[in-house]
Amino acid sequence: MSRLRSTILGLGAGALVAGAVALSAQAQGSDNPAVTARQSLMRLYAFNIGTLGAMAKGNMPYDAEAAAAAARNLAALSHLNGKAMWPAGTDNASIEGTHALPAIWEDFAGFAAKGQALQAATEAMAEAAPKGLESLQGAMGPLGAACGGCHKVYRASMK
Amino acid sequence: MRPIALIATLVFAALLAGLAVLWLTAPRADGPEVLAGLEPDVARGALVFTAAGCAPCHAAPGAEGEARLVLSGGMRFASPFGTFTAPNISPDPEAGIGRWRPIDLWNALHNGTSPDGRHYYPVFPYASFIRMTPQQVVDLAAYLATLPPSPAPSQPHDLPFPFSIRAGLGLWKALYLRPGWVMQGDLPEPVARGRVIVEALAHCGECHTPRTALGGLKGGSAWLTGAPDPSGKGRFPDLTPPALDWSEADLVEYFTTGFTPDYDSAGGHMALVVEDLAALPEADRRAVAAYLKRLPLAD
Repeated sequence: MSRLRSTILGLGAGALVAGAVALSAQAQGSDNPAVTARQSLMRLYAFNIGTLGAMAKGNMPYDAEAAAAAARNLAALSHLNGKAMWPAGTDNASIEGTHALPAIWEDFAGFAAKGQALQAATEAMAEAAPKGLESLQGAMGPLGAACGGCHKVYRASMK
Repeated sequence: MRPIALIATLVFAALLAGLAVLWLTAPRADGPEVLAGLEPDVARGALVFTAAGCAPCHAAPGAEGEARLVLSGGMRFASPFGTFTAPNISPDPEAGIGRWRPIDLWNALHNGTSPDGRHYYPVFPYASFIRMTPQQVVDLAAYLATLPPSPAPSQPHDLPFPFSIRAGLGLWKALYLRPGWVMQGDLPEPVARGRVIVEALAHCGECHTPRTALGGLKGGSAWLTGAPDPSGKGRFPDLTPPALDWSEADLVEYFTTGFTPDYDSAGGHMALVVEDLAALPEADRRAVAAYLKRLPLAD
């Protein structure tokens, strides 16, 4: 009797875990390779900005070499040709697992202009980051504005 | 009493009571003596304008850079009561508020009352702006007058009955319009400055605080604990611990660059808010962070 009970409990718990895993996979990921690629690109940005941000906030001592490397990475990432990562039909109204708004495809020139603004901001950061902490901190604002400038128009709210 | 006479008496009494409520909740307006003797300062007004986040709602949707200073209105706000559209508050004398005197701006911000004596809907966050000082309003009026005029006519709100009747707003004001601070008491600096920005100017609570069924902001332990987006999609985040465990440095960084501690960046309307916060003096961003670290409030 007690074995039966624990079996049922175990099965129930297993089903719950499986359900939770399925749910979180649905919330975070996508089966679409283009969506996975561009979300991975965003993670690469975040990882490298993380180095610069930790120095800017004083959570990590300033290190000109590490700052320069992270900033150069950002500049390189912003110069990738990303066109194939944004195929039509991969907006959040058409598929699950993305926050990309249909506005991207309604105004692709405007979207591309945001990409160019990001290139300018990452190049400015690559200039600024090796020149000292204050110079790095000064370039953080424009870099954040370039990220936000695109997200406020072309990304659905994450809340 | 015969039934017909009883009914007539009851109807009459109800009418009288209704008239009394209308009279008691009629739009309130102060006279110009409230602002007497105050000298405007445009530079200070610019800071009030930025801290109060006028542009994120009153600039044209999608406006960038200098265009954010053209307050032609047009942004739409969906809610359970209908869809509101931000009006033109540029200094255009016809389409905007170019004919307003500083006292008209005071009555709008402080009493939610228009120059022609009508209630404004509280989507215009006068429930927060009521905490602005006369000097702040005089300074803001002087700054607004320096902005470029726009001839674009204000668009009407799209509200179903009974919310289309503004008289009912008097009751809302009687219930919810309070001039006092939510975080009460004498606060040390920079928390006191943070309180001015959070509660009076930047009106953070208007999105981040849950509301009653009638749309009034809840205070006490509910203050800034997050709320559903009135458009029906998603939630505005809880700003109190443990839900928000960011350090003060994390908060200041977010207000300066829009980067979260995970180096995601602010999106949606918050990206517009961050544009204004980033333009404030750094001491003000630190003050807001210091205020938030004092949350949650007790009931």
